[in-house]
Amino acid sequence: MKPSLRRGSPAQRNTGRHKAPLVWVVMAIILIAAPSLFPSGFSLTLLTQMGTLTIFALSYNMLLGQCGMLSFGHAVYSGLGAYVTVHALNMLGKGAFVTPLPLMPLLGGVAGTLFGCLFGYVSTRRAGTTFAMISLGIGEMVYACVLMLPGFFGGEGGISTNRSVGRPLLGLTFGPAIQVYYLVAAWSFISMIAMYALARTPLGRLANAVRDNPERAEFVGYDARVVRFLQLVLSAFFAGVAGALSCVNFEIVGAENVSALASGGVLLASFIGGIPFFFGPVVGSVIFVLFVTALSGVTKAWLFYLGLFFCVMVLYAPGGIASLFVMQFPVIRARKFGRLLAPYGAALAAGLAALAGLIGIVEAVYRLSDSTGGTRMVLAGIALDAARAPVWALSILVLVVGLVALRFAARFTQARWDAVQEELKAA
Amino acid sequence: MDFLLVQVLNSISYGLLLFMLTSGLTIVFSLMGVLNFAHTSFYMMGAYFAYQISRWIGFWPALALAPLLVGAIGMLVERFALRRAHKFGHVAELLFTVGLAYLIEEATHLIWGRTAVPYRVPEELDGPLFSIMGTQYPIYRGFMMLVALAMLASIWLVLKRTRIGLVIQAALTHPETVEALGHNVPRVFMLVFGGGVALAGLAGVIGGNAFVTDPGMAAALGPIVFVIVVVGGMGSLGGAFIASILIGFVQTFAVSLDWGLFGYKVSQVAPVLPYLVMVLMLIVRPKGLMGTREG
Repeated sequence: MKPSLRRGSPAQRNTGRHKAPLVWVVMAIILIAAPSLFPSGFSLTLLTQMGTLTIFALSYNMLLGQCGMLSFGHAVYSGLGAYVTVHALNMLGKGAFVTPLPLMPLLGGVAGTLFGCLFGYVSTRRAGTTFAMISLGIGEMVYACVLMLPGFFGGEGGISTNRSVGRPLLGLTFGPAIQVYYLVAAWSFISMIAMYALARTPLGRLANAVRDNPERAEFVGYDARVVRFLQLVLSAFFAGVAGALSCVNFEIVGAENVSALASGGVLLASFIGGIPFFFGPVVGSVIFVLFVTALSGVTKAWLFYLGLFFCVMVLYAPGGIASLFVMQFPVIRARKFGRLLAPYGAALAAGLAALAGLIGIVEAVYRLSDSTGGTRMVLAGIALDAARAPVWALSILVLVVGLVALRFAARFTQARWDAVQEELKAA
Repeated sequence: MDFLLVQVLNSISYGLLLFMLTSGLTIVFSLMGVLNFAHTSFYMMGAYFAYQISRWIGFWPALALAPLLVGAIGMLVERFALRRAHKFGHVAELLFTVGLAYLIEEATHLIWGRTAVPYRVPEELDGPLFSIMGTQYPIYRGFMMLVALAMLASIWLVLKRTRIGLVIQAALTHPETVEALGHNVPRVFMLVFGGGVALAGLAGVIGGNAFVTDPGMAAALGPIVFVIVVVGGMGSLGGAFIASILIGFVQTFAVSLDWGLFGYKVSQVAPVLPYLVMVLMLIVRPKGLMGTREG
């Protein structure tokens, strides 16, 4: 296998211990200040979702990034954790003693861990492609079971709850969205630190060894299967925490929480962010939530754009968005970033042109096939009729010109990049 | 008795359809090491293309044209995308096919809408083939079996009796040697990938109108196909055949049985059964029915 997907980047390996606290201070400030910077109700729901997805995506990356296990069924653990939480919340509402609401994520985590032990026993026996297929099969099995057992899972409609049923704790009822946000933020912060620390334990290092070369890890005397199993169980715990938080946030848990779509979503979020880096999935979660909530309001084809974005990332930036930034650090440190501005600008312009052409075609196709809305559409403030040939001709022309320009811009960028790297090496 | 016979025939025809899907997947997997996650998306593409072509010029041209089109698209995908992803390793290839599955499903939504399209069995194949004690067996089911068997025979002939088949078989185990002998192995990969998805496309052409042609058909069948590959043993064509027929029987019989089990009818637990078979197989025999390697 090639290094880009499998090995940790130099940046990850060289993270100095003295730098770590600063990162956490910055992270804490961001988490605390975010609602003040984006105070509207809509942005608060977005921030809460981002916080939840951050935990989920980081737990996913404990498998894919740190241990090389490509899972298509990670939503099983978060979803089942959410189901346990929803029942616990309803019991709390009936007056039974469970745990106070702020500790519910622990309960979800324990549920995730238990299911992680159960399914991990079956699935971690093998790695690679087989693990991917088995995780998919287990995901489908759990999804089918959820629909089959409506007594516990509530069938198609799911189970709803009320998060503010418990006795107020220190005056907090967790009714208002802002209180839920800070609950999620606190749990994200704790989980992030915990997962960061776990990655630095001997088990975390062994997981990297098993990812890079299971044979050699076994030769040194470690059972690769046990390492994969432990990593999966720990990751299932944090997935359960995320599931419990999403249950508290949405106050409803349905079959879609364990569906293949949810499992695919966390894979996309983690990968787009960058699986070779610890903080990659955090970046990915922010982008993914923006993509899903903001774009889905604008166009019906948002999933198409998301899929396309993902495919382009796989082919051209397998280290994710994070890798694109990390790559620039040495150049910026050497004060040579200015020389890359011209090629980056050219590539960006060409890429945007190609994207504009593509959007024109996709939206026109959609307007033509959807007979209910008519063929008129508004793109970038311009009213267009998708049934008319010039719209198509122009879109295709812009797309082709953009792609050709992108090709030249890519060559230009590559040449300049290589030149700068040579200079860095010489210096 | 008549019920049983019809059910057996249905199981076999469904199992053969599953094998049309898994055979392409297995050949591509053993040759290129790529598990094509979008394989059932090409199946769906075949069904939709056949629907569109049969609306324009009829079912019979569609039967030939749709798989060819799907195969051509598959070759383009291999040439311009998978070959690039290959540089980053198998995980990247697998992830690319995941993204491709999203893209194909969404493109289908955009072009043909979110509901099922009326892709019907052609009139000359509509009707009963024979009837046993009052139960009629449709001609189209027989036609499906015929196409599947003809396809199997032609794969076998191509792999065992032609020069290109010989090269493919050699490239399965010794790609470097084949390359050293002057064969263009990347082109063989492209042809095999195109051929594999064309088989899926053909399955779509004949399966789409027998069942239902809607944008969910790829996602509904995908996990089943992977279960078959795991149960049969990764990369084993014989194992895939046995597992396909087995799952065909399990799925067909489960939905029609009323036996009770722990308070649930078999027909209620039917959706879970293929996955239970998979989990049991993993516990009892992790390498699958006829697999040769574990891991």
